[in-house]
Amino acid sequence: MHVPDGFINAPVSAAAGAVAAAAVAVSLRGARRELAGAGAGGAAGAERTAPLAGLVAAFIFAVQMLNFPVAAGTSGHLLGGALAAILVGPYTGVLCVSVVLLMQGVLFADGGLTALGVNITDMAIVTTVVAYGLFRGLVKVLPRRRRSITVASFTAALISVPAAAVAFTAMYALGGTADVPIGKVFTAMVGVHVLIGIGEAAITALTVGAVIAVRPDLVHGARGLAKPLELRTSPLAAPAGEPAPAAAPAAAPAPAAPRRSTRRVWLAGLAAALVCAGGISYYASASPDGLEKVAHDQGIDAKTRDHAAKDSPLADYSVKDITNARLAGGLAGVIGVGATLAVGTGVFVVLRRRRNDGGGQPDAGDRRPSESV
Amino acid sequence: MGAGHAHKLYRHGHSPVHALPAHCKIAAVFCFVLVVVSTPREAVWAFGLYALLIAAAAAAARIPAGFLLKRLLIEVPFVAFALLMPFVAEGPRTEVLGMSLSASGLWGAWNILAKGTLGVAASVLLAATTELRELLLGLQRLRMPPLLVQIASFMIRYGDVITDEMRRMRIARLSRGFEARGIRHWGVLAKSAGALFIRSYERGERVHLAMVSRGYTGTMPRLAETTATRTQWTRAAALPLAALAVCLLGWTL
Repeated sequence: MHVPDGFINAPVSAAAGAVAAAAVAVSLRGARRELAGAGAGGAAGAERTAPLAGLVAAFIFAVQMLNFPVAAGTSGHLLGGALAAILVGPYTGVLCVSVVLLMQGVLFADGGLTALGVNITDMAIVTTVVAYGLFRGLVKVLPRRRRSITVASFTAALISVPAAAVAFTAMYALGGTADVPIGKVFTAMVGVHVLIGIGEAAITALTVGAVIAVRPDLVHGARGLAKPLELRTSPLAAPAGEPAPAAAPAAAPAPAAPRRSTRRVWLAGLAAALVCAGGISYYASASPDGLEKVAHDQGIDAKTRDHAAKDSPLADYSVKDITNARLAGGLAGVIGVGATLAVGTGVFVVLRRRRNDGGGQPDAGDRRPSESV
Repeated sequence: MGAGHAHKLYRHGHSPVHALPAHCKIAAVFCFVLVVVSTPREAVWAFGLYALLIAAAAAAARIPAGFLLKRLLIEVPFVAFALLMPFVAEGPRTEVLGMSLSASGLWGAWNILAKGTLGVAASVLLAATTELRELLLGLQRLRMPPLLVQIASFMIRYGDVITDEMRRMRIARLSRGFEARGIRHWGVLAKSAGALFIRSYERGERVHLAMVSRGYTGTMPRLAETTATRTQWTRAAALPLAALAVCLLGWTL
């Protein structure tokens, strides 16, 4: 769904353009790292980026033309954000889908020039980032097998398409030029895109499965999956009385055990959060919380304005236009947990990476400003 | 591989519009679309004047009207959305042809149709009069990051190669008696897509090695530094300036 000119008003388009430009700039740096390759080292990153990212963009462009028949003459095609993120990594994914959108806008007039920022933010950034974040989380949680990569890509693609619809609705709510009520837009967009997402999920999972069967090393999302090369000495060569072979298998499971336990903790925590948010939130007290009550009693809130996000589709912790209170609250809770988890994981990953950088190279802080010049 | 790869939308010609430098044209089209988008939707006549301006530019570029109109079909999906709008929008209702329609919805539909169509027409005109390579170099001259321009140019250059590869796979499937009829056949198609990805990525690696062996270090050499003269800028600015005048009239009247 390429947004044409004049659909979203100028300020929101400009803001989306700024977001898109920043994201593309970040992705240009990140893609160098992702495409640097295993053997070549960091220095080869810049010169590998252009050919590889260009060819991946051409692949996405081509695969969007591949028709998947659904039934009775109708057919769908892949959007490719989730697929790109899983196959080549999030930065390269954002970059490639953005380039495809740019070329579609400039060459084929598909999507307006002034709406380019809206299109890139919606279809390149939101889809790819949501898909990849979800994918990484699931790969961490699920057992380390090839099958779980397929399952994770299915789920990631399934969620990424409605997420783009939600992002579109948010931009429409901020700067839509037609006054169709937000609730209707939300229901229609998300409803349609959940259906599209199912198709996208099936195709993405099948495609990722096909690639992983042939070249598992090419799938960025499955990089940690390959077992490190293990040198096995023949038992005949080793002297029988040596204690070393007995010690080695005993030592091997030791590092594996805590990893599995953290995964179990992750899984349990996620499940508990989802159950709390989805089910128990219905039974939570509907009366205002302490601060709100105090403010009301003291008359402090006489002049407070409503929260800026009052009209958001998730305002007051329930999804608009879903009349069933239990369902609405639960759904809002689940979406909220997902969003919080994504943001929290992102902050955590950034912090940990920074700390690792600082620990590894004491002079990293001195060098970084010169890099950004 | 450098020359002779014209895209389907390009229409070879020697008109004054073809002769303008690409970055002038890109800037002009972008400003024109910007002006159109910021015009109040109630000024219906302004959009008629914009359409006349586009028609004049097309005539100067010697682009036949049929070509332009055929390319406008790309926005059909959004036309459907716009046509739906008067039925779902809220606000006071009016009677049109015996149907009760929302007045604001009608305005919204008109807004999207007029601005979207003008934007598409301007983009089509740009693509029809500018060669692809020129277009990319023009974007680079307008300060788009060189790496992004390189990625885009690789995508355009190899887009046809990859699409052809996909077509050959389809013919191979057909010649083995496969015909995709429903969801049951998605597995086969997805395997083709996976194979296509592997082939594209491996081709990228080969292209990279071939370029490195020819002295590529990550930047493309600029062959000719074309700069636009003042007259060329003035000519290119004629379209957005005329549109700006119309827009200002639309705001004041």
